[in-house]
Amino acid sequence: MSGAASEEPSGSGRRRAFWLSGRGLVSSIPYLWLLLFFLLPFAIVLKISLAEPIIAQPPFTPLFGPDGSLQATIDNFLFLLEDSLYIVAYLNSLKIAGISTLLCLLIGYPMAYGIARSPRAIRNILLLLVILPFWTSFLLRVYAWMGILRNNGLINNLLMWLGVIDQPIQMMNSDFAIYIGITYSYLPFMILPLYAALERLSPDLVEAAEDLGCRPWKAFLTITLPLSVPGIIAGSLLVFIPAVGEFVIPSLLGGPDSLMIGRVLWDEFFGNRDWPVASAVAIALLLVLVIPIMLFQRMNLRREGA
Amino acid sequence: MRRRNWFLFSALCFGFAFLYGPILSLIVYSFNESRLVTVWSGFSTRWYGELFRDPQIIDAALLSLRIAAVNATFAVALGTLAGLAVARFGRFRGRTLFTGMIAAPLVMPEVITGLSLLLLFVTLEAAVGWPSGRGVTTITIAHITFSMAYVAVIVQSRLSTMDASVEEAALDLGARPWKVFLVITLPIIAPALVAGWLLAFTLSLDDLVIASFVSGPGASTLPMVVFSKVRLGVSPDVNALATIIVGVVTLAVIVSGWLMIRSERRRERDVQAALADRS
Repeated sequence: MSGAASEEPSGSGRRRAFWLSGRGLVSSIPYLWLLLFFLLPFAIVLKISLAEPIIAQPPFTPLFGPDGSLQATIDNFLFLLEDSLYIVAYLNSLKIAGISTLLCLLIGYPMAYGIARSPRAIRNILLLLVILPFWTSFLLRVYAWMGILRNNGLINNLLMWLGVIDQPIQMMNSDFAIYIGITYSYLPFMILPLYAALERLSPDLVEAAEDLGCRPWKAFLTITLPLSVPGIIAGSLLVFIPAVGEFVIPSLLGGPDSLMIGRVLWDEFFGNRDWPVASAVAIALLLVLVIPIMLFQRMNLRREGA
Repeated sequence: MRRRNWFLFSALCFGFAFLYGPILSLIVYSFNESRLVTVWSGFSTRWYGELFRDPQIIDAALLSLRIAAVNATFAVALGTLAGLAVARFGRFRGRTLFTGMIAAPLVMPEVITGLSLLLLFVTLEAAVGWPSGRGVTTITIAHITFSMAYVAVIVQSRLSTMDASVEEAALDLGARPWKVFLVITLPIIAPALVAGWLLAFTLSLDDLVIASFVSGPGASTLPMVVFSKVRLGVSPDVNALATIIVGVVTLAVIVSGWLMIRSERRRERDVQAALADRS
């Protein structure tokens, strides 16, 4: 970190000097923006999750009545607990996100390792090839799988032409399709942190172990794998957290039974126009994700300190 | 050793086939004559013609490009300030909250961000009368909020790998901090700013969920129009659109890679020349 701060007087005087200085001005502009448009909205979601739905514009009761009394209710949260649909959707989202994260890890780890061990000249090209799909539209990449997995899609047509099957296999509108969609869309987020961890790792360590008679898989399990754990955690969080709240993939590839909480929230808001229940769903989802998000933030801080 | 290399090689082949197979299938079937996207009936460019004759798609694309450009410019400005604060200002009051607010948008599920911003806009409109109604302005603000976090991360990592002693030397020699930033820091982190701008532009162009929440009547972005089309099933003109996007992105990557290599070579030549002058 910059050493300039140490010249200033310590304590609250220093803090005040910081905020009055040009530096304070620089950081306060993005700070205020994020406070207003990122943090404050969560407080409003919490407020509205405690309101009652009414038919009006906006469609919820104010927090304070006309006489100034507090009108808060936890009915929306009780409703989430009573109706099994919501619990099932939460658990299903966690399950689908967890399995997809595992699939990303299984496909992404050998790829990241392969890139990190490839000749320096082609390493950047391979990395670019991993990132490139991320720059093309996410929506269109999910759409591509609709054409591949449909009953008269690419895979079924190919298998029927080869004579392996004579009835198309139902792959679209299922949990299977969602696994493929999430794994496919989020794979680059898994590969990049894994690559960063594996690239730092010197191949001399593994070679030394092998020279001393260690079997390759044992060298991998005892040296490479433990040293790449930070990359595994970072990649898994980058995939898992957004995947839990995923909306586009389940609504395009999933079936009517594959409930995910992001889709439930969307339907509650756009379909039923029930803003308070949608807010309660969002708060509950945030509570589920607060631990992984804090873990992610702590990893960022540690990496920055290193 | 050999066996492991073989395993890693096949893992890479499989992985890249998985990443690029679907994109290739989109491109191939965009040139298909038949309306049934995956039944090949002959080469044709008719879907490209239909795409360009669809005023809904063209209007939405123009709107999305406009929002993306404004968003990217603001996101780079705010994100650079944020990255600078995190990387260079040491510990200041509220730093943990600040870094948290930069990291969280990267992983926050879009439905939560979208809903919370919409509720903010509705509440603000009721309280202070701004923003009046929802549309282009609210979409742009929402996009700036999450793309500036990406820019901040890029700028911060560029700043932390850059040699801070150059800045300190200029400060010691009496340059004012803002001058040091403009003359020294900014040129060095310029590639990161370009990358951040392009990333913010793409993120905005790509966003469906957040835009759907904070948009109002009359403001339909390209992903919103595409989503309502593909929700009903596959449609060949969407394949044509995908092919155009993939083509533009590939071209942009090749051109920027070429420019980067060229400027790197020129810089090396300049360094060589400067060293030769001195001796």
